[in-house]
Amino acid sequence: MEFFWISIAGLCTVAILSFLYSDNPLYKVAEHFFVGIAAGYVVCAEFYNVFLPNLWRPLTSGSDYWLIIPLILGIALFTRFSDELGWISRWPMSVIIGTYSGLAVIGFASGDMVLQVQASLIPVFEPATISTFSSEPSVLNFLQIFRNPLFTLGLICVLFYFFFSVEHKGGLRHIATTGTTLLMIGFGAGYGYTVMTRIALLFDRFYFLFVEWLKIAA
Amino acid sequence: MKREIPILITLVFGVFMIVQFFIPHPAVNDIANRLQNWAIIVISFSYVLGSANILRINGELVYRRAPGWPYKLVLVIAFFTMATPGLILGIAEGSWTNDRLFTFTYVPLASTMYASLAFYIASAAFRAFRVRTWQASVLAITALIVMLGRIPVSHFIWQDLPGIVDWIMGVPNAVAQRGILIGAALGAIATGLKVILGIERSYLGRE
Repeated sequence: MEFFWISIAGLCTVAILSFLYSDNPLYKVAEHFFVGIAAGYVVCAEFYNVFLPNLWRPLTSGSDYWLIIPLILGIALFTRFSDELGWISRWPMSVIIGTYSGLAVIGFASGDMVLQVQASLIPVFEPATISTFSSEPSVLNFLQIFRNPLFTLGLICVLFYFFFSVEHKGGLRHIATTGTTLLMIGFGAGYGYTVMTRIALLFDRFYFLFVEWLKIAA
Repeated sequence: MKREIPILITLVFGVFMIVQFFIPHPAVNDIANRLQNWAIIVISFSYVLGSANILRINGELVYRRAPGWPYKLVLVIAFFTMATPGLILGIAEGSWTNDRLFTFTYVPLASTMYASLAFYIASAAFRAFRVRTWQASVLAITALIVMLGRIPVSHFIWQDLPGIVDWIMGVPNAVAQRGILIGAALGAIATGLKVILGIERSYLGRE
């Protein structure tokens, strides 16, 4: 029985990888199967993780009758399918939008902006890095000397690039260009990191195919 | 009625989410938590709405025998293959739906889908990053160094390479990410306030 399921997984893997050759019916079947399975799983996950514990059980046990409001709002979402009553679905949509706008204001302000700015308030230069380089000269220790200056001045340059209230010309153009260069390094690093993650995933799939399923390699 | 009430609902829910942060009183927290729970419940209905929409559209295509209908039929069958045992038997660890159906269909399909993107990222990047300007070369060289530094034998190429990659990730990359994060946070705060105050109304759609 275990081999049957592993073979299903193997066939799914081969079907998706077949797209590397060309767009073919086998891939299309796997693609549509994937969407169907994912949509089905989402319904089950919401049913067991939200609907039952947050709505159904408290409502049927009589511990919180206020929950009738989100139940009605949730059902009201389905008026979206109607041309005449579709406007009712704006009410539950407003609940979602309002809640997450409020949470975003607080979350981004306290979680992202303040913490990021706070973490950037570091000494522009750290003398200890020079003594470390003198005692243990290496490329890495040499680069560490520039860590704090690059962090502080670099962040100013990156932020200036996004500051459009002043025209980027003359001396200011060089600040914006430095900011763009740092952004390019960031994008390059992000790209390289993403590719390596995907390649690691690909190796995992090949390992599954040739070792766990077909048992060609040990 | 059609626009004013939704704007009012957005205002009430949004303001309560902000107020609970500044007034950490149990009464305020209780109301805010209740409202947040309501939003979570409504969102769970929206997921079901999305799935129902997928079924409606694909079901119609199968019914009309539209081009490619057999694939749409596969989608509908796959949906019920997962949803029926999932709703009856559950999806917790140890259940048949999780340990068999989910593990041996969804997991390999999802991970292979993401893994196969490696090829397309590489080829798309080759076209996009063709070294036209010196800044494009900076991007390409950084990507190359990071990729070389992340392979298991990178220290055989150059002993300091993994450390240099860590430095690139920790300093210039962190500077760029931090700048983007601060900018995005400012944008999100401004957009959130505009939505709560009813200045931004595009989510209501047309009249």
